Amino acid sequence: MDFLRPATWAEALTARAERPDAVPIAGGTDVMVELNFDRRRPGALLDLNRIPALRQWTRDPDGTIRLGASVPYARIIDELRTDLPGLAMASRTVGSPQIRNRGGVGGNLGAASPAGDTHPVLVATDAVIEVESAERGVRAIPATEFYLGVKRNAMAADELIKAVLLAPAKGPQQFSKIGTRNAMVIAVCSFAVALDVAARKVGAGIGSAAPTPRRPFEAELFAADALPWDSRADLDPRIATRFGELVAAAAAPIDDVRGTAAYRRHALSVMGRRTLTWAWREHQSSQSCQSSKELT
Amino acid sequence: MRVTFTVNGRSAEADDVWEGESLLYVLRERVGLPGSKNACEQGECGSCTVYLDDVPVCSCLVAAGQVQDRQVRTVEGLADGDRLDPVQACFIKAGAVQCGFCTPGLLVQAHDLIERNPEPSDPEIREALAGNLCRCTGYEKILDAVREAAAIKAGIA
Ligand SMILES: Cc1cc2nc3c(=O)[nH]c(=O)nc-3n(C[C@H](O)[C@H](O)[C@H](O)COP(=O)(O)OP(=O)(O)OC[C@H]3O[C@@H](n4cnc5c(N)ncnc54)[C@H](O)[C@@H]3O)c2cc1C
Ligand code: FES
Ligand code: FES
Repeated sequence: MDFLRPATWAEALTARAERPDAVPIAGGTDVMVELNFDRRRPGALLDLNRIPALRQWTRDPDGTIRLGASVPYARIIDELRTDLPGLAMASRTVGSPQIRNRGGVGGNLGAASPAGDTHPVLVATDAVIEVESAERGVRAIPATEFYLGVKRNAMAADELIKAVLLAPAKGPQQFSKIGTRNAMVIAVCSFAVALDVAARKVGAGIGSAAPTPRRPFEAELFAADALPWDSRADLDPRIATRFGELVAAAAAPIDDVRGTAAYRRHALSVMGRRTLTWAWREHQSSQSCQSSKELT
Repeated sequence: MRVTFTVNGRSAEADDVWEGESLLYVLRERVGLPGSKNACEQGECGSCTVYLDDVPVCSCLVAAGQVQDRQVRTVEGLADGDRLDPVQACFIKAGAVQCGFCTPGLLVQAHDLIERNPEPSDPEIREALAGNLCRCTGYEKILDAVREAAAIKAGIA
């Protein structure tokens, strides 16, 4: 086995093209488990830790946040919870503090496990994955098109994930995950919701209840239409319940060691109902703060 | 391959390192620092926790080559010579050590918590230690030890 240690992004792309047998390693929290248990014996490891740009996030002129592929979860939680509340919430549920100090969104995308915690947020918020190859340059892939199947993604063999592009929250965002305890659990299923208040749109993402993360389009359209945007009135519980039902209907769960398909469907309907209710309450309270400011 | 890094303030050199080897293996088997324990090799137990450039990580999940030219601090580097760090002293005093397998990782993780947050609440302690499993103590004495160490470091006790 070889250990490739590119010092720049350009060198990393060259190495990736020249060594199709090399496995990229960032935080190592997925890759090292496979190596330690002899599940994988790649020809080489391609270490991405020495490329500073991957560990940084920046803001484009239009406000878009460009999150380097290996910014660890701990920093997303500390530095981006206001701009990206949904992603920060999901990050907070990943593994343990030690895992969050190493792992990042690039690795979650690279692994493309159906249970990856960031996936529902990325699809719900229309994130875009920026991949690059030495030969063909940069390619922007919408999150909804990035996941192809269980542990399969749209990245070509000579490409690396450079960054994830995310718009700062346009309204309240929520994330919810079912597991047997509060730390160190693989999601039984998970759910993200994001309100775009100005556009009166609702984005949603289902995790760990199909081979890939899914957007429950019907549920999104229903909520966008049914939410009392004008009056900012309390949410009619029937709307939240119907939203939950439509979320559950969009999933294609299976029975496995972590839970049954029926349980997952039930849990999704509850998570859909609850997260929409929480998000709407947050919207109401932020609106009332604003109007009281306007009055004074 | 050869890996050169700094561990507990001293430069260390490991030869004939296999490219897929973990930092944990290098520490225990190649540079004579068996304090960090191997209990799962999959990031679940935290007994291999070390500082990597001042950030606590599971050393079983860091590839050896990734620590080239970087700084590692293990449980062996917490004490100042013979003077134990308050976290270590409080673990002994509180009876937070039984078989001791989880202890090195807990010490590093608790040390980091108190450095960053001198007056942690109980939920904060629990969250910080959520990735460190102990099969013996039931955690109560561990919480006692961390509370007391925090108080000592904050100059309250
Ligand atoms: C104890 C434990 C608990 C965990 N808990 C959770 C959890 O609760 N939720 C969750 O979602 N995940 C969890 N994980 C899985 C893992 O931590 C995450 O998937 C994490 O995001 C991986 O990031 P990483 O940087 O460590 O990836 P790595 O292990 O370095 O890489 C993962 C994959 O992505 C590829 N890759 C990495 N970076 C790039 C890049 N820039 N370009 C192209 N490919 C790349 C690698 O080749 C590899 O295939 C857990 C893992 C462990 C060990
Ligand atoms: S041995 Fe590294 S976490 Fe268990
Ligand atoms: S003291 Fe035995 S595992 Fe913690």
